Amino acid sequence: MKILGLATCILAGSVFALVAYAVEPDEMLDDPALEERARVISQDLRCVVCQNETIDESNATLAQDMRRLVRQRILAGDSNEDVLAYMVDRYGDFVLLRPRVTSQTLLLWFGPFILLVFGVIIAARYIKRPTAAETSNLSPEEMAEVEALIQKTEGADQK
Amino acid sequence: MNNAQPTRTGGRWTAIIPIVVVALLVGAFAKRLIDVESGQDPALVQSVLLNTPVPDIDLPPLPDREPGLKTPDLKKEVSLVNVWGSWCIACLSEHPLLMDLAEQKQVPIHGIAWRDDPSASVRWLARNGDPYDLIGQDPVSEAAIAFGVTGAPETFVIDGDGIIRYKHIGPITPDVWANTIAPMVEQLRQ
Repeated sequence: MKILGLATCILAGSVFALVAYAVEPDEMLDDPALEERARVISQDLRCVVCQNETIDESNATLAQDMRRLVRQRILAGDSNEDVLAYMVDRYGDFVLLRPRVTSQTLLLWFGPFILLVFGVIIAARYIKRPTAAETSNLSPEEMAEVEALIQKTEGADQK
Repeated sequence: MNNAQPTRTGGRWTAIIPIVVVALLVGAFAKRLIDVESGQDPALVQSVLLNTPVPDIDLPPLPDREPGLKTPDLKKEVSLVNVWGSWCIACLSEHPLLMDLAEQKQVPIHGIAWRDDPSASVRWLARNGDPYDLIGQDPVSEAAIAFGVTGAPETFVIDGDGIIRYKHIGPITPDVWANTIAPMVEQLRQ
């Protein structure tokens, strides 16, 4: 029974770990709607220390302070866009995990589609390529010659 | 035999596409590698605050080290703002250089004691020397975020009008001082 209890705890713990974020209870806003907005914003902001985590996931102290700042800005009446703009003003576009479409990021956004188009064109050419038989441009005499050679070789093989 | 022709009508030019693509990729990767080798690591966040006024800060002083650091203090003359903490190992490695600069009165250096226990900051300065003019405490990264700081140490060059002119990420080495920061300070004073 003890073992079963322990197993349950571990299982429950691992399930909890899947949904656990770095946000600590004392950071949260009292208003659930505002807190939800803070979470949404945090998931779009890069932890500039760890670089590939959102500030929502990161335990870095700077991420924690950025989360606190996001909540301060929300309480001060900022819209979600205002909060993101506030961070971009200080850290640049780099702080956004979802890059904006700008002249610098066009290739990033549309490059894959351009490659796809190229791939389709190349694949289409290969698929439509005529087989050797269809493109045979030997004269009747040459065909006869080839035929004779084949006969000869096959005859030789049988010997 | 004499009218041998390519039997593929797809055209041969397509055959060079993979080679061109691979060559472009190799080129792009090589450029990045060389950039990183030569110190232009794209993972180092370039500051968007360059050539903008220093942000509004009003940081409290360390115990018995009045006053703190506030924005008007940075609008008087060319100065450095060094973000540091007693917990920061790399800060210790640049510290002797800062001490030298302070001793030679090269340029005023202001400190932001970032996310540090004030008593720890004070002990650290007592042990390693205190090169700073003004020091402000930044316990919750208020100034650090305002300055777009991503780690310590970071050093900002501020001109006499309080405009951020340069940001150095990581410890200042003698090389960085001699070749980058010192000439810039000199130029900004003119």
